[in-house]
Amino acid sequence: MSALGNLFLRREAGILVMIVLFSIAVGIARPQFLTINEFRIVLLLIPLILIGAMGEMLVIVARHVDLSIGSTQALAAIITGMMFKFLPGVPWPVGFIVAIGVGAGLGFANGVLTTLFRLPSIIVTLGTLNLYRGLTFIVSNARQVDRQYIPSDLKAMSTGAVPWIIVIAIAIAILTYWFADHTRVGRQVYALGSNPVAAPLRGIRVNAVTLMVFSISGALAGLSGIMYASRWGFVNPSNTGSGFEFQVIAAVVIGGVSINGGVGSVLGVVFGVLLLGCVSAALPLLGIPGTAQSAIYGAVIIIALLIDRSVRQRGIRALAMQRARA
Amino acid sequence: MTDQTSATPVVTALDAATPRPRWQVILIRPETMTLILLVLAFVVSSLLSPYFLDINYILQSFTLTAEFSIVALVMTMIIIAGEIDLSPAANMALSACLFAWTFQATGSMPLALVVGIGAGVLMGVFNGLLVIGLQLPSIIVTIGTLTLYRGIAQIIAGDESIRLPEYFIGFNTWLIAGIPAPDLLFVVLSIGLGLVLGTTIYGRQIYQTGTNEIAAQHAGIRTRRLKMGLFITMGFVSAIAGIITASRLGSVRYDLGLGGELQMVLMAMLGGTYIFGGRGSILGTFLAAWLLSVISTGMTTANLLPATQLCVLGVLLIISIIATNFIYSRTQR
Repeated sequence: MSALGNLFLRREAGILVMIVLFSIAVGIARPQFLTINEFRIVLLLIPLILIGAMGEMLVIVARHVDLSIGSTQALAAIITGMMFKFLPGVPWPVGFIVAIGVGAGLGFANGVLTTLFRLPSIIVTLGTLNLYRGLTFIVSNARQVDRQYIPSDLKAMSTGAVPWIIVIAIAIAILTYWFADHTRVGRQVYALGSNPVAAPLRGIRVNAVTLMVFSISGALAGLSGIMYASRWGFVNPSNTGSGFEFQVIAAVVIGGVSINGGVGSVLGVVFGVLLLGCVSAALPLLGIPGTAQSAIYGAVIIIALLIDRSVRQRGIRALAMQRARA
Repeated sequence: MTDQTSATPVVTALDAATPRPRWQVILIRPETMTLILLVLAFVVSSLLSPYFLDINYILQSFTLTAEFSIVALVMTMIIIAGEIDLSPAANMALSACLFAWTFQATGSMPLALVVGIGAGVLMGVFNGLLVIGLQLPSIIVTIGTLTLYRGIAQIIAGDESIRLPEYFIGFNTWLIAGIPAPDLLFVVLSIGLGLVLGTTIYGRQIYQTGTNEIAAQHAGIRTRRLKMGLFITMGFVSAIAGIITASRLGSVRYDLGLGGELQMVLMAMLGGTYIFGGRGSILGTFLAAWLLSVISTGMTTANLLPATQLCVLGVLLIISIIATNFIYSRTQR
């Protein structure tokens, strides 16, 4: 077991080394990359992805996948935006409750479809990805919620002296760490993902855990929705959250979460998100057009899968050697 | 399907005691459900608009979804073999972009076609290498390549659209014996692939691979080679579908066929393909393609917003897998 533990330690250290090497390489070519200001830009890029990635991490650890988080983000953001627009009297913190509630509801629906009918989550969330996006257009009548309707206090959260959205994202990461590593239910998510057949035999209520994981993922996507409104100051039914799921999945798999379930740590995912943030921030400095971003995310997903495979095979070999010695 | 059941070695007394009447075997099949839905969709649409009583109108409107339908046929075979490919829509975009870009750069149509189709085949090979060579799960791999392929298309085309020459535009308006060319291609391909899947040894091997891959390997089926072949075919067919789409639209943008994976998977699911592999038929997907075309056209005629149509497609996908799973669990356990 300790050999495996070391392996994961090395995995996270590996991502950290990649971040450092990448920053040094870019820093040599473009010295302004290593300034405090640029660091601030990186930090402002990642909160949305970080929050989405925490939920997606739990889902993937449980051996499922949630493709609908981008559309969940959009629908939660648009409903919150419409509330601000048509009920101007509502205090702005209520927006958080609404966004998280809507997101949790949508995630819960994914979970119900997956568990009740025993459907593969990938197909269910491919369906709801389109369903929720369509609902976003219908609810908003295909109109953007403009700048003037978003409360200025909310916008100030991401522009003020203390960028609160970064603080919130870090708090969510710490909470997720506590949940995944130090609660009974959190460990059950790992047990479920590493062996779905054995999990019920050990008294884990598989359906309840799965439902909860999807609800958390949806709730966090909803939270990222209101933070989108805070960060960009508007909500657009077609742009908001479009491609978000691919960024998040890229961050999660590069962070060392195994797509075969049961393996992954919050620290690794945080590093994965940071690495993606550094890459995104470096692109304009290096003169690479923004259109290249999507291709880079795709390549990152595939490279991460290859790394994941080689790590797993090394682990299998190490275990076999240990057994041979014993 | 029935011959598989009778070939099962362990037959308990309960199973053997109740042979189903033949009418039930035929009636309780996912394809029957698709057919009933198709008839229903026709009736409802023709009540909404008299255009639907005109066969030419139906054939014309089918050219809009013919490209996805063609890819959905191969998708059906891949799902039956126990894998999935979510990248063909992105593959269509990238092959079409490379095709148009080569034509713009060199002015040679044959070269452009070779580059476009060659690129599609290479993308299929790449998917196959990752899924079969490196044993990675096809769901996540093809999400990765989906992002990658469309991303490369975006790099090549940027935000602009690449124009195509006049003589190349309008494959969908060519009539062969009064039938639009894409429709005819789809029908011919359906018959061809239906025969391959339904009557050849190769076809039976696809079913066996999807039902139980390890058992299939023990039975001497080269499952890896078989799946590799399917992924390469998928790449080839997607490239052709991409070029046909380019011809219909007259120009190529990186967002060609965006979101098409939903429609392709939906056609396979509506046609009764079992998402866990081993069951399904080309006939089902063939019927589902027409069903989806009638539904889409019907919704457009009824002036539904594109967003509402998106919702309907998403809901249909979920309902169709639930229904198919239900039918299979009732009839074949």
